[in-house]
Amino acid sequence: MSDATLSPADNTRPKRRSRLLVTLAGDRKAQFGLIVLALFALAGIFAPLLAQYDPNEMTLDMMAGLSAAHPLGTDDLGRDLLSRILYGTQVSLFIGISTVALALAIGVTLGLVAGYFGGWIDTIIMRYIDLQWAFPNFIIAVYLVAVFGTGLLNVIVAISLAFVDDFARIARSMTLTLREEQYVDAARTLGFSKPRTLFVHILPNAVAPIIVQATVSVSYAILGEASLSFLGLGVDVSTPTWGLILADGRSFITQAWWLGVFPGLAIMLVVLSINFIGDWLRDALDVRQKAI
Amino acid sequence: MSLLAVENLAIDVAVGEACHRLVHDASFSVEPGETLAIVGESGSGKSLSALAVMGLLSEGLSVGAGTIRYKGQDITHFDERARNQLRGSEIAMVFQEPMTSLNPVRTIGHQITEGMRLKLGLNRKQATARAIELLEEVGISDPAQRLRQYPHQLSGGMRQRVMIAIALSSKPSLILADEPTTALDVTIQAQILSLTARICRDHGVGLVLITHNLGIVARYAQKVAVMYGGRIVEAGTAAALYAAPMHHYTRGLLSSVPRLDTPRDLPLRPIAGAPPDPMQHVPGCRFHPRCAAATAACAQEVPKMEQRAGHEVACWNPVPADQTISEELA
Repeated sequence: MSDATLSPADNTRPKRRSRLLVTLAGDRKAQFGLIVLALFALAGIFAPLLAQYDPNEMTLDMMAGLSAAHPLGTDDLGRDLLSRILYGTQVSLFIGISTVALALAIGVTLGLVAGYFGGWIDTIIMRYIDLQWAFPNFIIAVYLVAVFGTGLLNVIVAISLAFVDDFARIARSMTLTLREEQYVDAARTLGFSKPRTLFVHILPNAVAPIIVQATVSVSYAILGEASLSFLGLGVDVSTPTWGLILADGRSFITQAWWLGVFPGLAIMLVVLSINFIGDWLRDALDVRQKAI
Repeated sequence: MSLLAVENLAIDVAVGEACHRLVHDASFSVEPGETLAIVGESGSGKSLSALAVMGLLSEGLSVGAGTIRYKGQDITHFDERARNQLRGSEIAMVFQEPMTSLNPVRTIGHQITEGMRLKLGLNRKQATARAIELLEEVGISDPAQRLRQYPHQLSGGMRQRVMIAIALSSKPSLILADEPTTALDVTIQAQILSLTARICRDHGVGLVLITHNLGIVARYAQKVAVMYGGRIVEAGTAAALYAAPMHHYTRGLLSSVPRLDTPRDLPLRPIAGAPPDPMQHVPGCRFHPRCAAATAACAQEVPKMEQRAGHEVACWNPVPADQTISEELA
């Protein structure tokens, strides 16, 4: 009886890479998101080729409406809006993605360490996070840029530090539950080190809420850069970003609707795409869910 | 030299400033290829003793006295680093719940090979080859296919087989199995137990089988230790102990399960009362409040383990060795 062998189930699971593709085939929203994001990425990379005008070149053709010469019109200084949005794509997308990557790396590590080791390590990390939590994200970013000056790198660091607390809290709360799991004890009885247990056995179980937070944060990061630009604390006045374009157009919105609508639409499309992609990744990476 | 020799082990829990003893004076040993069953109710200290051997007592718990020797070496006070060297490659553990002891987001293959690659220094290819051998040995068909699957695609029995394969993966000399079959149904229980016992015997691995079911271990264990309220109350070779159980608690355990040699309509006889609260101090023999044969002496002094009828028992009024259970029940 003890030698009875068990036959395998009929359905065999595809590998993780093909799992992503299999779930993508049935997910219209994810396809839309990937295509739109890819188009924006291409537009950003090839902006110098695609744009008809220099984004900062001023003409006397001010606040001209939509026309063949200026498909999205011009702004108050006569600069071509389409060219400015194309050039802005580079910076806005880069900021959106790199700030979240940085915030995720720092925040998740802090949260994992705090949750797993507990004690005074947890106290020190989480009291700092509480302190940061007490301030609105945007105030922290404004403060950091005001102190360290404007510029692409400073803006990225400022916005990502402002997001660290969200990731740290999520990672910590996940770790607190997961470290009580028996497979974590089992990993300890096999003699695996604590860092290994933490990153190889606990972290992969916590990805779902982290991905959701990351996709939401990309949108906030793009908007955060827009807000900083609006206050004149953005990347650089001569670098068009979506936020800066929107901020510049604000005063003339009653006379030129396109100055608000088109940069806003660009932000909205990217944020929406990233949310769709995030939902797809969350489901596709969850091995317990059935692949269709 | 025994593979594992635990002598007079005591485990304490810190309660505020005070210190309370949960396990007293526990001694047991295992030889290579031998199976020792530690039997007792929940709270009797059997799992704590196993965790002490692993060096994985949770915070607040500590070894208060006694020694744990592994291959002749005193490992009682090894530091975390030295303990970690032993875990997996020398001493491995199989847990109670196969449903929760496997990481749900890692493939079976990853989980079996991780220890081998880390502890034995095998490369991916060698580790995979060994993983396939191990899965075959624990009776899982089509192992190459299984390596790519996730735990939720396996049944409870298969998961416990995988857990045994993982425990064996880094070639340990001693395996501690903490109620390995509690979560499984009865037919699978028998399969898993005989599989574990057979593999350990074949590989010369010592096995400590922790269980609450005295009946189930009779076939698989060479030695048995019965624990009650943090003390070992009766111990010896399985043959001697089952031939003449002398402690009233051991008797109680055996007569509370159905037997083939008693009339079918005879009601089961449960042990009256409840096991003592581990945090409560009971003077004398810890079993005396529930014991039918208790005398005044039982409440006074803790009985010592004494050699009687081929095995050891700690009782002031042991059951006569020639009285069988069926006689007692009749």
